[in-house]
Amino acid sequence: MQLTLWTYEGPPHVGAMRIAASMEGVHYVLHAPQGDTYADLLFTMIERRGKRPPVTYTTFQARDLGGDTAELVKRHVREAVDRFKPNALLVGESCTAELIQDQPGALAQGMGLTMPVVNLELPAYSKKENWGAAETLYQLVRNLLKDQVPSQPSHDPNAWKAEGRRPRVNLLGPSLLGFRCRDDVLEVQRLLTMHGIDVGVVAPLGAGVEDVLRLPKADLNVCLYPEVAESTCSWLERNFGIPFSRTVPIGVGATHDFLVEVHRLLGMEPPSAEEGYRRSRLPWYSESVDSTYLTGKRVFIFGDGTHALAAARICKEELGFTVVGLGTYSREMARPVRTAAKELGLEALICDDYLAVETAMAEAAPELVLGTQMERHSAKRLGIPCAVISTPMHVQDVPARTSPQMGWEGANVIFDDWVHPLMMGLEEHLIGMFRHDFEFVDGHQSHLGHSGGSGAGVDTKTAEHATVEVDEHALIWTDDGEAELKKIPFFVRGKVRRNAEAYALQVGCREINSETLYDAKAHYKA
Amino acid sequence: MSANLLKETGPREVFCGLTSIVWLHRRMPDAFFLVVGSRTCAHLIQSAAGVMIFAEPRFGTAILSERDLAGLADAHEELDRVCCELLQRRPEIRTLFLVGSCPSEVIKLDLARAAERLNEELQGRVRVVNYSGSGIETTFTQGEDGALAALVPLLPASDERQLLLVGTLADAVEDRLIHLFGRLGISTIRSLPPRQSTELPAVGPGTTVLLTQPFLTETARLLKHRGATVLTAPFPLGAEGSRRWMEAGAAAFHLPKERVAEVLDPLEERARIALRPHREVLEGKRIFLLPESQLELPLARFLQRECGMELVEVGTPYLNRDQMAEELALLPEDTRVMEGQHVEQQLDRVREHKPDLVVCGMGLANPLEAEGIATKWSIELVFSPIHGIDQAGDLAELFSRPLRRRQLIHPGLHPINPDQPVHA
Repeated sequence: MQLTLWTYEGPPHVGAMRIAASMEGVHYVLHAPQGDTYADLLFTMIERRGKRPPVTYTTFQARDLGGDTAELVKRHVREAVDRFKPNALLVGESCTAELIQDQPGALAQGMGLTMPVVNLELPAYSKKENWGAAETLYQLVRNLLKDQVPSQPSHDPNAWKAEGRRPRVNLLGPSLLGFRCRDDVLEVQRLLTMHGIDVGVVAPLGAGVEDVLRLPKADLNVCLYPEVAESTCSWLERNFGIPFSRTVPIGVGATHDFLVEVHRLLGMEPPSAEEGYRRSRLPWYSESVDSTYLTGKRVFIFGDGTHALAAARICKEELGFTVVGLGTYSREMARPVRTAAKELGLEALICDDYLAVETAMAEAAPELVLGTQMERHSAKRLGIPCAVISTPMHVQDVPARTSPQMGWEGANVIFDDWVHPLMMGLEEHLIGMFRHDFEFVDGHQSHLGHSGGSGAGVDTKTAEHATVEVDEHALIWTDDGEAELKKIPFFVRGKVRRNAEAYALQVGCREINSETLYDAKAHYKA
Repeated sequence: MSANLLKETGPREVFCGLTSIVWLHRRMPDAFFLVVGSRTCAHLIQSAAGVMIFAEPRFGTAILSERDLAGLADAHEELDRVCCELLQRRPEIRTLFLVGSCPSEVIKLDLARAAERLNEELQGRVRVVNYSGSGIETTFTQGEDGALAALVPLLPASDERQLLLVGTLADAVEDRLIHLFGRLGISTIRSLPPRQSTELPAVGPGTTVLLTQPFLTETARLLKHRGATVLTAPFPLGAEGSRRWMEAGAAAFHLPKERVAEVLDPLEERARIALRPHREVLEGKRIFLLPESQLELPLARFLQRECGMELVEVGTPYLNRDQMAEELALLPEDTRVMEGQHVEQQLDRVREHKPDLVVCGMGLANPLEAEGIATKWSIELVFSPIHGIDQAGDLAELFSRPLRRRQLIHPGLHPINPDQPVHA
């Protein structure tokens, strides 16, 4: 058993639902107890869709368990097929159905249905949502394309030149309940079109069975969300020889690298290195003097592998932040995240334990948290500004306005969203100078429009104390030391407290007074 | 009783009882709800409640792993470890609910015994109780029934003459009802659930129970078992229902009828005024209620008798005929009351009848709106202060609001004449 207050991912069948609901003409019969239909409202409420997800649940109850649950599955398969007449059928189980082992997929395959039937085996007690999505997309694509697979994978990425047409790529990975997929697709399509590259199929988002059958006609697969599409891209590469791009275009630098990679794979001249500066506003906004105070802001990053990696690069190379923590809940992405963390001089945090992430966050004492919906909970507790960069998310992160993360416009969105929670420069200076104000008190962020601060005033104190429990017996803060500490702006106070204690331990003094604080400051150059 | 009682089976679109945690954790802030289940259970609760940002979580899930299923790990040892971990982080928790789920019920994990054992270990510090919120056994609000039923054996015994209000009420509504019963002449009034899980009301032969909610079958049964008298009355929704409900309480305490009329008459008069603008919107409109919370019958009765709506179909996930007898008697002749659900066929009927308003869950609300059918999502009814004579206007407003909203924005969003500026 694992104690879970918040889970970063849903069960794998929710991943399968994401694929089915993203596509057209694909229906999903899910063997699940009454109540598991809650997942519908992820699509109708969070994604705000105006149609029901194409999912038929068997919704068995306790009294059905005494009877023939296998017959129940068959009845629902039959009803779903008659009513919805899908072009392809997915059949699978939720966690409870997995325990009673009715083999619904095999049952459906034996029913003599005319459309392709994909049997989904998603182990709910060991795998999670993204894995479920990736596996479902992979199984579906494999099932639909297996008849087309050539005996020898042969593919010429330069065929478009010989055929006298524009190169054509597939965009693979975008799905419902993915982070800003709707607008990322628009942005990447625009980006590619500007470079004379056509988009063939976008899948799974908006794709039908016909579209999946057209996948092999592309010159290149663009893997936008490796968590969902990498296994499919790699299967297409192995069986049809179609290469796929590895760079995810989130951030100005990454978008440039992405363009270079795509151009190279398609045998085209690489694009101008200046393009990002011309087409995105992030570079100038970040260079302008207003942003100088962002230099060295301590930031803690957590999310899925793709978005965490992208954020780390943007923070370091494009916004001038100092990354003080980097981690992901995507175990499949552990290796690249570890490498990226190492380059930043950090140990990557690879875990899906919300409490461990909260502890690491408190430990790193950042000034900004870039995380998921879950990190907003811990950031609230610790009184740290926070922005959401990755799923899990909630309804606020499926906005009406266009808000991609990818491409040039994505970088603009990122600049605004990540800087917004921080205290504005002037306010930060004035609070550092005058601490006796009746309105602009410690921790107050007037641009967020509420009085009484961000709640940080109270919370940081408890948080600070909570983190020093271990040292309490060894170290004593004098009144004069505490008073001096209070003078430090609230958002770096946690770090200064920690540094002072580390310094005191290092030099072997038990008491921390104002002088120790200055000594530590000089020692750590901060 | 002359309503047309029907039954239907098939795919259901309802919440499981775990969802009750979403409001119970606020009613009793010193309690913690630990679901023993799968990642699906954890995902359900956070999808429902995670839009709020919690500095201190009030619920969590002990997620079963393959080791637990294979029997490699001793379930009870594991549960002990998880509870210790939790209580270390949240030492201020006073009552810990171990909530059963579909997986834990299917593998027959004995949470009742686990609760008993943990209780002994944590003697005096934390009380551990158990109930099931699994989808295979409970539907939505039945989770609250389970939670309250689990508390009943813990209630102290007392012969004191008292009125016990059972079922979650909004704080303001609770205060108001207690005040009104006080004016009628009942001096001792207590509530289950209480606002603090440690302040459990006593129960015994002197206790008269008024159920505030229609979904408390098991809790009522156990309270009777403890010697309490459970009254049968319409539920306190709308002016009429609330009045009859209060009168039932007053009658049990042998209060003079004149005094009751003196207190309640002006309230009912005022409620009629408050209802008027909503009645104007709702009168003659046809409503279809899908099964969700068991509140459907009293709501239908209120909407028909006090707001003048026509009932197309009244769905309910479960029909307790004894407790609902008074409600059924107030429904018009031949009202279609459908127990259970075949969601696809029910939606066919919705489309066929084209009602003016459909009360349904959130999984169906937006899709029906997109088809041009106005909806009132039903979950809001368990999150709103709707009980009592004084709340009749507010309750009606919950139903008139979606219709008023349509009237308000439809012309602007769907201009009829393409040549004319909308605001000319």
